[in-house]
Parts: sequence; C-alpha cells; structure tokens
Amino acid sequence: MTATIEPEVGKSRRRKEDERLITGRTRWTDNITLPGMLHMAVLRSPFAHAKIVSIDTSAAKSAPGVVAVFTARDLDPDSSIGMPCAWPITPDMKAPRRPVLAADQVNFAGEGVAVVVARTSAEAHDALEEIDVEYDELPVILDMEAAIADGAPLVHEDQGSNTSAVWKFDSGEAGTGGNVEEAISSAEVVVKRRFRQQRLVPAFMEPRACVVDPTGTQLTMWSATQVPHILRVMSALTLGIPEHKLRVIAPDVGGGFGGKIGVLPEEMMSLLVAQKLGKPVKWNESRSETMLAAHHGRDQIQDITISATRDGQVTGLKVELLANLGAYNGLVGTGVPILGAFMFNAIYKIPAYHFACTNVYTTTTLTDAYRGAGRPEATFAIERIMDELAVELGVDPLELREKNWIKHEEFPFTTVCGLTYDSGNYEAATAKAKQLFDYDGLRAEQEKRRASGDKVQLGIGISTFTEMCGLAPSRVLGSLDYGAGGWEHAAIRMLPTGKVEVITGASAHGQGHETAWSQIVADQLGVAFEDVEIIHGDTQSSHKGMDTYGSRSLVVGGIAIVKAAEKVVAKAKPIAAHLLECAEDDLEFANGKFTVKGTDTSTGIADIALAVFAAHNLPDGVEPSLDSDATFDPENFSYPHGTHLCAAEVDTETGRVKLRSYVCVDDVGVAVNPLIVEGQVHGGLAQGIAQALFEGTEHDESGTLTTGTFADYLLPSAADLPSFTTDRTETPSTTNPLGAKGVGEAGTIASTPAVVNAVIDAVRHFGVNDIEMPLTPMRVWHAVQHGTTDAGGPGRGEAGGGLGSIDASGGAQ
Amino acid sequence: MRITVTVDGTKYTDEVEPRTLLVHHLREKLGKVGTVVGCDTSNCGACTVHLDGHSVKSCSVLAVQADGCEVTTIEGLARDGQLHPVQKAFHDNHALQCGFCTPGMIMQSIDLLADNPDPDEQAVREGLEGNLCRCTGYQNIVRAVRDAAQNMSPGAGPEAERITETKHVGVGGD
Repeated sequence: MTATIEPEVGKSRRRKEDERLITGRTRWTDNITLPGMLHMAVLRSPFAHAKIVSIDTSAAKSAPGVVAVFTARDLDPDSSIGMPCAWPITPDMKAPRRPVLAADQVNFAGEGVAVVVARTSAEAHDALEEIDVEYDELPVILDMEAAIADGAPLVHEDQGSNTSAVWKFDSGEAGTGGNVEEAISSAEVVVKRRFRQQRLVPAFMEPRACVVDPTGTQLTMWSATQVPHILRVMSALTLGIPEHKLRVIAPDVGGGFGGKIGVLPEEMMSLLVAQKLGKPVKWNESRSETMLAAHHGRDQIQDITISATRDGQVTGLKVELLANLGAYNGLVGTGVPILGAFMFNAIYKIPAYHFACTNVYTTTTLTDAYRGAGRPEATFAIERIMDELAVELGVDPLELREKNWIKHEEFPFTTVCGLTYDSGNYEAATAKAKQLFDYDGLRAEQEKRRASGDKVQLGIGISTFTEMCGLAPSRVLGSLDYGAGGWEHAAIRMLPTGKVEVITGASAHGQGHETAWSQIVADQLGVAFEDVEIIHGDTQSSHKGMDTYGSRSLVVGGIAIVKAAEKVVAKAKPIAAHLLECAEDDLEFANGKFTVKGTDTSTGIADIALAVFAAHNLPDGVEPSLDSDATFDPENFSYPHGTHLCAAEVDTETGRVKLRSYVCVDDVGVAVNPLIVEGQVHGGLAQGIAQALFEGTEHDESGTLTTGTFADYLLPSAADLPSFTTDRTETPSTTNPLGAKGVGEAGTIASTPAVVNAVIDAVRHFGVNDIEMPLTPMRVWHAVQHGTTDAGGPGRGEAGGGLGSIDASGGAQ
Repeated sequence: MRITVTVDGTKYTDEVEPRTLLVHHLREKLGKVGTVVGCDTSNCGACTVHLDGHSVKSCSVLAVQADGCEVTTIEGLARDGQLHPVQKAFHDNHALQCGFCTPGMIMQSIDLLADNPDPDEQAVREGLEGNLCRCTGYQNIVRAVRDAAQNMSPGAGPEAERITETKHVGVGGD
C-alpha cells in the first residue's frame, strides 16, 4: 500500500473518467443493444392545443417491420396514470393530470399521442407517418399575462384557471425583516423595472434515451438521466411496479444541466411497452425531439421594485414574478421560482423583502430545472436593478454594492429570508477581480470613447452573486413542501487486497466525481488515489441516493463519503489495537496508518482489511468487516459567492456585441480539485453568456416552436465565445468538514447579468436602460437608435442564423 | 447495396440500404459506438470521423459514399496502447466533461492541426466552429489543441493514419 503524505484534496488531478471518453470506449444508453431488442418511436402532436378527434393506427400496424402500435387507450385504458410532480408548493396548487400519452387533448406541440415499436429505429420512424390523427384545434395560449386575464381560454378546461399556484414570502409576516410597503412608501429613492427571463433549452449534447429489458427477474431500465434513484422510486409509484422489481441504471450520461432531472413520459412508455411485448425496447430521441419535448428552462416575467436612501442604503425589495410552467407541472418545475425566492436579496443586507410568484400554465413545453434553477433568474434581477439604482443615485455601481453587501466580519449572517450564510468574503473576491480586470483603466478608456463619440462604445458590467448550494437540509425541504429529503448516501467497501470500492448516491454525468471522490477517500483513509474505485448510477450497486443536481454532489454526497470513511477508521481501530497489543487510546491514525503514540510501531488500514478478511485473529465480539455506510443530511446550505466583471464593446452602427474581457473570481470554499472547479466555471460562463447574447426559444402565433433545431437555436460555438480569466478566493464553509461549497452553477448565475450590465453601460448615453435578452445585434441596434426605456422592441422571432454572434460569424455550420 | 469500407484498419463488406447514413452504418452495423449522434441538422459535429484522412460529419455522408474508402474513428486513433497526442492533450488540459462531444472534437482538432500545425487561439476557435460543446465553454479545448500542436511532429495529422499494419482492438456496444 502506498501511503499518501501529500493531501489529495486540493490537487489538480487529471480525471479518471477521461480514458474511456477520449478513446470511444463509452457506454451511452444508445450504445446498448440486447438480444431481440425492438425500437420505439413517438408520434408527437404538431398542434399546441387541440382535441384529438380520432387516431387511426391500422396502416402503421401493417407497415414494414412494425411489431406494435400503441395509443393512450392501449397503455392506460382507464386514464389513471399521471406523470409525477414532487413539489406541491401550496396546498391548493393545481395538478392537472399529465398523461403518458395524450388521449383526448394535446396541450403543447410535441406532446406524445402514439408510439410505434418496430425491428429498427428507421422502420419505427417510417411507420409514424402512417398514423392518421384528426385534431380539432383549440385556442393557443402563449402569453402569461393574457393567460391569467379574466375570460382567457384555458389550457385545462377542468382546472378553471391557468393559474397553478401563488406562492408568497414576506419578511414582515415571517418575522425575518420589515414591511416592504412601508419601506417603499417612505423611501427617498425608488426604482422599478420589468425584466424578462427568456425561455432556454438546456441542450445537453447527448439526447435523451432509454432501454428497458423485461427479461430476467427484474425490469431493468438504462436511461440517460441525472436521477436514477429518483427515477426508480417515481416509476414504481407512477406505474405501480413493485420497487424491488425495478433496477435503474444511468450509464455514461452526456450532460444534463438540470435538463435530465425528470421522470419522462417516454421512460414510462418504454416500461409499459417492454412489459406488454416481453422484449427489450429502446427509445432514442432525435435532437429535434429534445428541443420540442424535453423540458425548457427559465421563462419568467419579473417585476422588481427596490427602495433606498439618497446615500445608497437599500431599504426594501419587492419581487413579483410570473413563471411559465408550460402545459403541466414538471417534476420540480413548480418549485424552481421558490429556489430563486431566497436569492433575490443576494449578498446584500436588505431590511424588508416581499416575494410573490404566480405559476402559469400555457400551451408550451414544460419548464423545469436548468442550470441554476431559479437562482440565475433572481441574481439577474437584483444585479440589473442595482445598476439601475446606481445610475439613479449617480454613484459607481461597484461602490453601491460595497455599501450594501454583508461585510466579512458579519458572518455568519441571517438574511431577510431567514437563511444563515455561514461564511463569505465579498471584499476579497471583488478586490482580486478588480485587479485582474484593470477596472480603473477600462473606466478611463470608456470615458475617452464616449467623449470622442467612437462608433465602438465600451461598457463595464458587474455582477456579484451568492447561491444556496448543497440541496439540502431535509427539514428545510419539508418546510417548503418538497416531496423528498435532501440527504445523500455513501458506502465504502475495504477489499482484502487493500483496494477500496466507494459507492455514492450521487449520479455524475460530466462532473468528474470518480476523480474528486477518489481524492477525498485517499485523504480520509490514507490509500492511493489509484486504489479507489467509484461506483455510481446503478440502483442495484448504489441502492440508495438522491442523485446529482443543484451543485449538491460534493457538499452533500462528498460529505457522506467523509462520514463513511470515518466509520471505516472507527471500525479498524479496535482491530489495530488488538494486532499491536495496545490500548485504543494509545493509537493515532494518519496517512493510512495506526501508530502507537510515541513509537514507530504501526499497522496500515490495508493490513487490517486483510486481517479482517482472514478473520483468524480479531478481538472477541468484533464483526469481521470494515465496510461502512453513511447517510448525510446537511445542517445548512453552503453559500459560494463571486464577483464577475465583463467589458463589452458595442458597435453602435451594427449593434454587434464583442466581449473584450471577462474576469471572474469565485469563492467555492475549499476546492477538492481546482482543475475541475475551473472547468465547471468555464462551462457555466458559456451558458450564462449564451442567455445574455444568443439563446432563446421562439414560438409562432400557432404555438409552433420555431427554434426547434440547432440550426435555429443559437448554441454558441468556440468561435462565438472569448477566453475567460478565472480565479478563486477560498473562504471555507463552516458547515461541513471539507469546507467545500459547490461550483456547478456559479458561472451561469453571475455571467448573464454581468454581460447585460456591460452592454447597457456601453449604450446608456443613448437613453437606453434595458434591452430584452438575448441581446441580438438587431435589438441592440434598435435600442441605440431609439433609446428604449422598456424591454422588447424588434428582435423577437429572429433567433439563430448568427444573430447575436460575437464575431459576426453565423451559427455553427 | 454492397459496400466495402475500411474502418480503423479493418475491412468490412456489408449490405446497406441506400439511405443509411455513414454514422448509423458505423454504430449499428459495425459496432463502432465510440462515434455518436448529437443532432439531426449536422450542426453539432459529435459524429465527426475521418474519411480518407479528412474530417467529415458522418451524419452528412451516406454509407454508400464511403464505399472503397478508409474511415478513422475515435476508436482507431490510439496506436500500440499509446494515445494520439490530441487525445492526450484533451486529458492533460481537462478539455472534456461529459465527453459526448469529445470524439468529434478530437477528430476535428486533428484535421485542424493537419491544415495548420501551429494555430493561434482564433484559428482554433474558428476551426472548431462546427463542433458544439455544452460543458466546457471551449476554453480548455482550445488550450488542448494548441498544447497538442506543440507535441506533434508535422504530419501527425490524418495523413499518419494511412492504413498500415495496425492491430485494431474494437470495443462493441455492450
């Protein structure tokens, strides 16, 4: 056994995962082929809202290669199956049944109405064209405000309203702060804004897929999912499959970003169809299907009011949201705005706060978690309005932030929402960012360009952020009516040869858990990094877990591993004492060895594992096993934070935006693997910048998604993005033994407002105080020409095609 | 139709439908599942392979068009247990996260370096414009390609893949 002296945590280890991924020896769900396997394809509604008059499947049934065709009547004859929602945010929240296949009515374009099962995928897709469905169109409901107006047509006639639920938080009523109405009515300065969070497509690179094998003793389902454990229990509850008869495996999964949280109708269809036919069935969607039917993210209208004293002390914040659920409640989409509710106050000391959110049904694809899930929306609103307040007050936007943020010496700090931020150092992160950015130099250049009337204007955008990571203390989830706990499970098996198997309930799909978890275990047990194997994503080997989302894996799952390792050491100690013939109290454990204090007599954890395996010489009454497991429920969230600075050049003649520089300093507490942390930040920045400049879904008036492929929806390529300057400060979390905070959403949360603030700053002297996202050249140009004072203007319906590209290059060809 | 394609050094003769795309032929008939499909509009580049030494999106080539040609996939890059310099650079520079775009990115990067052995950052970004990644923000991919350029002898691009006596170890799907 190699004892590790130098700690593994903190090392920029190259990833264990890479070898299979760079050589093509991967196990994507679509790679799985089983004997006798059939292929399933889904017929999707072309209409956003329509009655189904009739479905004729006779021609499809006799098409080449077709084994079976199913409609809702075949799969769910008594219309009893409903897709699950795990977050009933209010007792009176509406819960329209979301069927596996639409039987009588379709409520968004892309909703499934029939499935074909055939020998090949091509034959299944060919046969879809043979199905004849007669629809009777209903009114399309796309606009949230129109949807909740009196007399509006209803998505679900039986629900009586398009309002799903109204959720409120008021600091005065909760006793966590003052009364907002009083604060605003007595304020010296009040700024109001309406912001729109456009709808985004998560756009993980691997489309969704599943394979169900009904042969053998259990139903086995492979799925490109983030949540194999949740999927197993939810499938059991949804379809009545005995849970012990269902095994769910998430093999290699090609990204998720929240978009693969969910229990999919297609997964349920596959389970039902495979059982009916007694044969393995594969469903593998096209990108166009993903765009249409996989859930979208964001889509909020935010009315924000902030009040302050003339010298810049914020006195109140009022937030009123409309959140678009799409046609049904998603698995957790109903609660996404609530995750944001606690983050509008951000890093600031705000004495009075009121939040109200109205969740609205429209005839569109569902929305649910997408990278940051509620927190990017909240951060955008507060960071945009802080800039607008700074303009109103005539102060530097960075100085205004400094005046209001929680000082380093004030931690732990309980916010106006009642959350207790454990640690943070906004001063240090901001100072470092300013220095890397050359803030003062760029401000001087901005002045010069503005004075000379340069056609290319320069703007500087600031965004600070914090987020609640490490979802979550189960009692908090309970208080928010979330349908599950927030704990995580881990188990450690000590093998006779000194190697270690670690089982985690987290389910990695790109985050590098196999590497980071190995580093944690190496330090805890004093074994070599290479001697640790991480097992995840299969409910048979990892029987218990809450999976990966919301930057929870490390700060909940990683800590569960620490706890399990502590138990291994505790189990080993009496055995070590027995072998070394000393008292337990005389032993100390370090670097994988139990040493008798003050001597060089020692025995290693690997030696003890072998002694336990042989079990020839163990103390009386001691079980021959070092294996341990732990379920960790965090006492608090973790609160990473950061300061992001963006310099944007705006060509006032064309509206083209070019990011001149982007600097961010994130504080994620202790970084287990700085290389992975940096990579997570880069990816997050790309997604957040894309929301600011490129991405956004568009529907035509008939409810058709007109951005339904990568040719129409502008996902940025390498040519569309700059290089970023990233750095870190390290303020350890005080609520977990690793001091870690979570990083997966950081870049996404802060970058969108940083970029938009920069663009607005560049053209503010033209009378511009807002531009609706994405900031396409057309919208920016229009704002410069007309000095918009409100969101909107032309540009809607003009996504893709290179509009908004940083370097005038078209979308990826 | 009957076609013969040499893939990663092995000659395969098969009957294919005229409409079969090269990527589906590779994946479904030949078990070359290292090459993946990420979209249906030839935008994402995940399916990029080399056809007679030059990168193509294998979703945009019919299998019959590859008749008599040589195809190199991500599975055929490593030689004698040694990674291709671009594969190694992707690992060294943390240029992948979920790894789904990685086969295409690596194949395209090799092609790019064959055209331009010492590209600057902008040249790499433009050369990879047809390959989408959602995880990395591209920064480490760009770094990896430039790193590989420093570690490759000229001619280590696709031309070095001309079929010689190589032992190919294929890995099936499952």
